[in-house]
Amino acid sequence: MVDYERHDYDVIVIGAGGAGLRAAIEASAQGARTALICKSLLGKAHTVMAEGGIAAALGNVWPQDNWEVHFRDTMRGGKMLNNWRMAQLHAQEAPDRVRELEEWGALFDRTGDGRILQRDFGGHRYARLAHVGDRTGLELIRTLQQHAVHNGIDVFMECTVSRLLKDGNRVSGAVAYWRESGNLLVFNAKSVVLATGGIGKAFAVTSNSWEYTGDGHALAYWAGAELIDMECVQFHPTGMVWPPSVRGILVTEGVRGDGGTLRNSDDKRFMFDYIPDFFRAETADTIEEADGWYEDKENNRRTPDLLPRDEVARAINAEVKAGRGSPHGGVFLDIASRRSTDYIRRRLPSMYHQFKQLADVDITAQPMEVGPTMHYIMGGIRVEADTAATTVPGLFAAGECAGGMHGANRLGGNSLSDLVVFGRRAGLGAAQDAAAQVTGPEADDAQVEEIFAEMRAPFGREDGEGPYDIQRDLQETMNSLVGIIRTEHELLQAREQIDALKQRATNVSVYGHQQYNPGWHLAMDLQALLTVSEATARAANIREESRGGHTRDDYPGPNDTDWGTRNVVISQGVDGAMEVSTSPLPEMPAELKELFEE
Amino acid sequence: MSETAKMRVFRGDTESGDWQDYEVEVEEGQVVLDVIHRIQATQAPDLAVRWNCKAGKCGSCSAEINGEPRLMCMTRMNLFEVGEQITVAPMKTWPLIRDLVTDVSFNYEVAKTIPAFKPREPEADGTYRMMQEDVERGQEFRKCIECFLCQNVCHVIRDHPENKPEFAGPRFFVRLAELEMHPLDTEDRLELARKDAGVGYCNITKCCTEVCPEEIHITDNAIIPLKERVADRYFDPIRWLGSKIFSRR
Repeated sequence: MVDYERHDYDVIVIGAGGAGLRAAIEASAQGARTALICKSLLGKAHTVMAEGGIAAALGNVWPQDNWEVHFRDTMRGGKMLNNWRMAQLHAQEAPDRVRELEEWGALFDRTGDGRILQRDFGGHRYARLAHVGDRTGLELIRTLQQHAVHNGIDVFMECTVSRLLKDGNRVSGAVAYWRESGNLLVFNAKSVVLATGGIGKAFAVTSNSWEYTGDGHALAYWAGAELIDMECVQFHPTGMVWPPSVRGILVTEGVRGDGGTLRNSDDKRFMFDYIPDFFRAETADTIEEADGWYEDKENNRRTPDLLPRDEVARAINAEVKAGRGSPHGGVFLDIASRRSTDYIRRRLPSMYHQFKQLADVDITAQPMEVGPTMHYIMGGIRVEADTAATTVPGLFAAGECAGGMHGANRLGGNSLSDLVVFGRRAGLGAAQDAAAQVTGPEADDAQVEEIFAEMRAPFGREDGEGPYDIQRDLQETMNSLVGIIRTEHELLQAREQIDALKQRATNVSVYGHQQYNPGWHLAMDLQALLTVSEATARAANIREESRGGHTRDDYPGPNDTDWGTRNVVISQGVDGAMEVSTSPLPEMPAELKELFEE
Repeated sequence: MSETAKMRVFRGDTESGDWQDYEVEVEEGQVVLDVIHRIQATQAPDLAVRWNCKAGKCGSCSAEINGEPRLMCMTRMNLFEVGEQITVAPMKTWPLIRDLVTDVSFNYEVAKTIPAFKPREPEADGTYRMMQEDVERGQEFRKCIECFLCQNVCHVIRDHPENKPEFAGPRFFVRLAELEMHPLDTEDRLELARKDAGVGYCNITKCCTEVCPEEIHITDNAIIPLKERVADRYFDPIRWLGSKIFSRR
């Protein structure tokens, strides 16, 4: 048996972004001995990159706003594929979670009378996003981090979890390694919370950081949990397109929320040509009405620049394809001609800084060039709405790695609120579940030994292939064949290519030793990346309609009767092969259905 | 358009280390971190580097580039002359782990010693009122991305590591100032600032301010006001006399 560290906890939380931190705070507050395990240093998780704000019906700017309106916007934005109960809990609890952040030290921007200010964002009927300029994610993660360090939570930084351990049907812990030393660890835990974020690094053009390798999705799947809606991937309409090295970096929707407009090479505000029937009644169809809406929401309808992200991303894609794009293959996003320099620098300081430093563009004087970038996966681990419990006993999930909340498309601002609402619920669920366990799990040496051997196998392969090329090829495959517009023959081609990449990955080899070795880390991350890529390609193949973030060229419209009532479910069969099936959406109660009858 | 860059990168661990030269292709608009990644992908797969967002938002990829402390992801290659040799070294103040990765755990230890935010009672409706001008002072400090470059350049610990136990460093003076000026906070941390955090050690050379990628006015807006508040309480002779005469204890 190789040497390893062993730790015993009631609850371990994997991932330390907004959801993981909030889960750990809650589990610890419930009295559970809690560990928080994260791949990076504390406070660096992807949450830090969220810009525009956190959606909550506080009603500070528009008193007409309430949870029911937020719930309705969320469900419609998600093209009704959402788990209604999650969307309801989210809309009801988000205001309390935002106020709680303030009690823990967050400093949100203020209204004239000193309350939390809220800004406009796509798909939200009222200005609803509490924010701090355009760095709201940093505020959220720092507030939670600073609150957590005083709560007796043990933090394992730069520590990556490779596999979950099982004791019979139940999850019983995890196997991990220290990035710094390469030394191995075993956690025994009564319950486990996954809060690992998304899968962006499976795509070539993405706004996501290196950590987004689909770890939680894959860990859950390998442990026997179900994944849902994996075909529903969000391409954010506005990523940077130039210079090439920054392609994909996010440009906040706040630019449009604060008055910016999209234009093509003819200087036309083209979004007026892309208003879908589903949103026609609530969207302005003239420039005058659209511009009037920012100040007067009662007498004007919302600007089409702020349609939900899936609609805007498809429109940009179509404009570029039609030859009306910007010089570097995007479209123009203009706020310079619409708002004062002062206003832009105060409201969008990070965007100003980012374009100035990385692209030599002054956004107060020139338009930006933007185009779609893979941003978020709505699909994820199937959970029970109230407790965040997955389909495997002892295993919980929250945040981006959990599925259901956002349906087929997520509204901007609903992610940060999702993190704290369901992070808290997952921490609570896990702590209560742990408390109900009479004895702790037993470590299974054979299981541990087998996992260790798998983890270190790449060192033993003398003539294998390095991991970097395999990852690059996977990213190209996903980007070009499972991207923003999909079609059957390309999806089948993608599956063949993924199979070939899986084969190549069995022979991946690593140079050097275990201490802080990024090649080895990537070789291990590849396993998760390949699993989630296969899940996304297969799910995309089976859903024969277009809905939200899933767009099929060969099935251009939604098919409400056949597909609008079902989730696509991915699970591992007994033979280890991936299985795809569908299951009916949970039925919404009558009193909530009424909200959609207007 | 691509050019070849001459990179000199520090490679090594706690035992030994040396400069290693690499010739790397550079494309238009690339930053130093792109070039480091290309070295990793093509020439040195085990080159250790810490990074996350590659957008200047997380503060992970701090290093010393041509001797200057910077974020690798926000340093454009066109800052340098074509053909100029570019050195990339780990931050000097922290113990080396490997290559460009250092042990910054000191900062996480200090963070734990700062007493938590303690808000006053809310208004009758259970929420708080704060004016925008009052939150803006704190918001400047909360832009901090914890890249620890300010800590890295501070002479008090860079040249005198023995000071580390008694000196929290600029990052934490920013944190203390933020809490001190927070409109809702009720905790008193001035004694900590004076004694354990050692704000008095700072001799206002402003090196921290110069390297801050978030352009926080660390010295002027955080450290000097903190020093003034400490001085007012502990070293103002009139106040001291007053406290002796009017003390009821």
